[in-house]
Amino acid sequence: MADRNERTDRGNRADRANRSRRSERAEPATTPARPSRTRRSPRAGVEGAGGSMDGLLATKEIAVACGPGGVGKTTTAAAAAVMAAVRHGSKVLVLTIDPAKRLANALGLDGIGNAEHRVPDESFRAAGIKPRGQLWAAMLDTKESWDALIRRHAPDRQTRDEILANPLYQNISGRFVQSHDYIAMERLYEIHSESDYDLIVVDTPPTRNALDFLDAPQRMADFFSSRLLRWLIVPYRSRLVNVATKPFYTIADRILGTEFLGDISEFFILFQSMYDGFVERSEAVGRLLSDRRTTFIVVSTLEAVPLREAEFFAEQLTSRRLHLGAIALTKVSPPSLRGPGGASVAESLKERAPELAASLATDLEAINPSLGDPDQIARVLNEVADSYLNFQVVALREMEEQATLSVVPDVLATVPFFDTDLYDLAGLFRLGEQIWE
Amino acid sequence: MSELLDLKLIFVTGKGGVGKTTVASALALFASTRGKRVLICEVDAKGDVAGFYEAPPTSFNEKEILPGLFAMTMDTEASLREYLKLQLRIPVVGRIGPLAKAFDFVATAAPGVREILTVGKLCYEVRERRYDLVVVDAPASGHIVGQLAAPQAINNLVKVGLIRTQTDWMLEILSDHRTTGLVAVCTPEEMPVNETIELAGRIKAETTVQLSGVVVNRVLPELFGRQEEEVFDSLSSDGPAARLNELVGGDAGPVLDAARLAVTMRRTRSTHLVRLREGIDDSVPMLYLPYLFTRSHGLRTTRQVAASLGEELGY
Repeated sequence: MADRNERTDRGNRADRANRSRRSERAEPATTPARPSRTRRSPRAGVEGAGGSMDGLLATKEIAVACGPGGVGKTTTAAAAAVMAAVRHGSKVLVLTIDPAKRLANALGLDGIGNAEHRVPDESFRAAGIKPRGQLWAAMLDTKESWDALIRRHAPDRQTRDEILANPLYQNISGRFVQSHDYIAMERLYEIHSESDYDLIVVDTPPTRNALDFLDAPQRMADFFSSRLLRWLIVPYRSRLVNVATKPFYTIADRILGTEFLGDISEFFILFQSMYDGFVERSEAVGRLLSDRRTTFIVVSTLEAVPLREAEFFAEQLTSRRLHLGAIALTKVSPPSLRGPGGASVAESLKERAPELAASLATDLEAINPSLGDPDQIARVLNEVADSYLNFQVVALREMEEQATLSVVPDVLATVPFFDTDLYDLAGLFRLGEQIWE
Repeated sequence: MSELLDLKLIFVTGKGGVGKTTVASALALFASTRGKRVLICEVDAKGDVAGFYEAPPTSFNEKEILPGLFAMTMDTEASLREYLKLQLRIPVVGRIGPLAKAFDFVATAAPGVREILTVGKLCYEVRERRYDLVVVDAPASGHIVGQLAAPQAINNLVKVGLIRTQTDWMLEILSDHRTTGLVAVCTPEEMPVNETIELAGRIKAETTVQLSGVVVNRVLPELFGRQEEEVFDSLSSDGPAARLNELVGGDAGPVLDAARLAVTMRRTRSTHLVRLREGIDDSVPMLYLPYLFTRSHGLRTTRQVAASLGEELGY
């Protein structure tokens, strides 16, 4: 690992960060990313099939970031979009679901609802980056998107207003969990078909099951074409209940009450007027996801539980013939923790702490007379060594986890753990550089 | 803080990835080792809970997986069947034909029905008093409010019918702060802290349930006192560092770097911890669980977390 050479210069982090920021300013962002220094895969042999995120995002029109909760999906999606805008000179949109406040700020999304919004060039310049393309950002507001959908499909003004005012509709659009999944994909379809972005990077909503959003369009189509839906609507319309459906109504009536059932029926009668539009649309959304212009980026940390979930998800993508473009492994421990030399140095720091402390006391005293207490120095040496050994266990486990990864995507990107939160454009760019090569 | 274990029904929630299931499993385990008869119920049917006890997969019918500790997985359809059998005395369930499909449909069409069957089953277990404590590995913080507010929402939507009459006793159980509580799990990071503060506000505004505690998971140890940190800083400066390399006959750089990383991480996280404490009502106790470096998935980890929880609860 090329990184190790740098350690000899005492690896002053702040210094390094400054240097890399300076170099970003010096070299226009259009130059290719720096060579292998950014490659941090801990183990050869489990690399991806050799592709790069650079190439992947240059080829595809839609990239869907998905994976378990809490792994950095939103940040990764934003970083990928920043890089594509900066390096490819294309018009890129990042569609995020629930960004952290500072990330929303960085993308200029604070207080902006569903609207697409261009990240101003000045923001990039302030971060020392010169983008060749444009970065746009939008946040998904479920309720607003549902309302827009109703407005589009409603046959007339009266139906539209009745649906928007229906208490069941308000409940579904606001609370109904699956409606988030559907609307995210629907919004993606709308933007893709109606605007001129070269690339749309989508963050996916936190779901109970990472696959839910894939099934959402089909489920929505099934739902509205269901025979049961017709059952439910019939009695309200004609009050004619036949023998076959009677037990169903008896139960439904006893559980929910006739009035509520009436509300449901009314809602669906209204909705039926939009049936064709809805089913057609859901199917189109489904087709878009399996289109060859669409790719999926599975994001995960190297912790056992999220990684298994991500792996399952990647397998599902493949079996559904969807394009598994990349796996991005986030928050990976720095490579310095994996070097064999570190452990033995840490061990001797612990074993020889009193002796080392005694030798170092004069050096430290020279810097500051109050720092020469050998006992205190020994305690610090012990803590330092313990800390290294603790984090090394984590790093080794991550290596093992990565080695067990059975799915091979075109691109396997690893993003190192950053010691601070990355929520500004400069930070996203730093992170983006890591996944780019 | 031991009042937490005096509750009869505890919902454990949190943002994805913060260790919600770990904490729920550990809490249930700890209560059972204190001699309580405990039921842990997994609502997000991912099958994780069984893994945390290294037990075979769980189902809707509860099973004793460790002494005094029972586990089940929520299944709203099975819950509906049980409900129809117990409450409505409808004997024809088997003959209705596509009940499952019909139910699925109604549940999808009428939001709140699925939630009410989940909450209903949990409240039912509390009312039957077969357990001293029911711990729920609840949906993530984005969804928990909808679930806990369901009885109230149903009350507003459904004016008559059997569901309506059923929600009253559920609300009574959920609103009793000596019976029911919510525990939010969080890590000292930006998004989890934001979400926890937001959750606390929504729980108060939209439900009658009490936030009984916040568990802060993966808290990093403090490496140095103030003067020790000065020693560390000087140790990392050029002269002493070169001397240290010489003394140990190797490159101590990576080792010092790791400690630097730990110090910075701890500092970043402290600011989030402060924000969390300020954003949550003073009356809500906070429990801190250490970052487990040796952590791996399984019963051993669950035991370790249970022990830390026990300490934090003052046992």
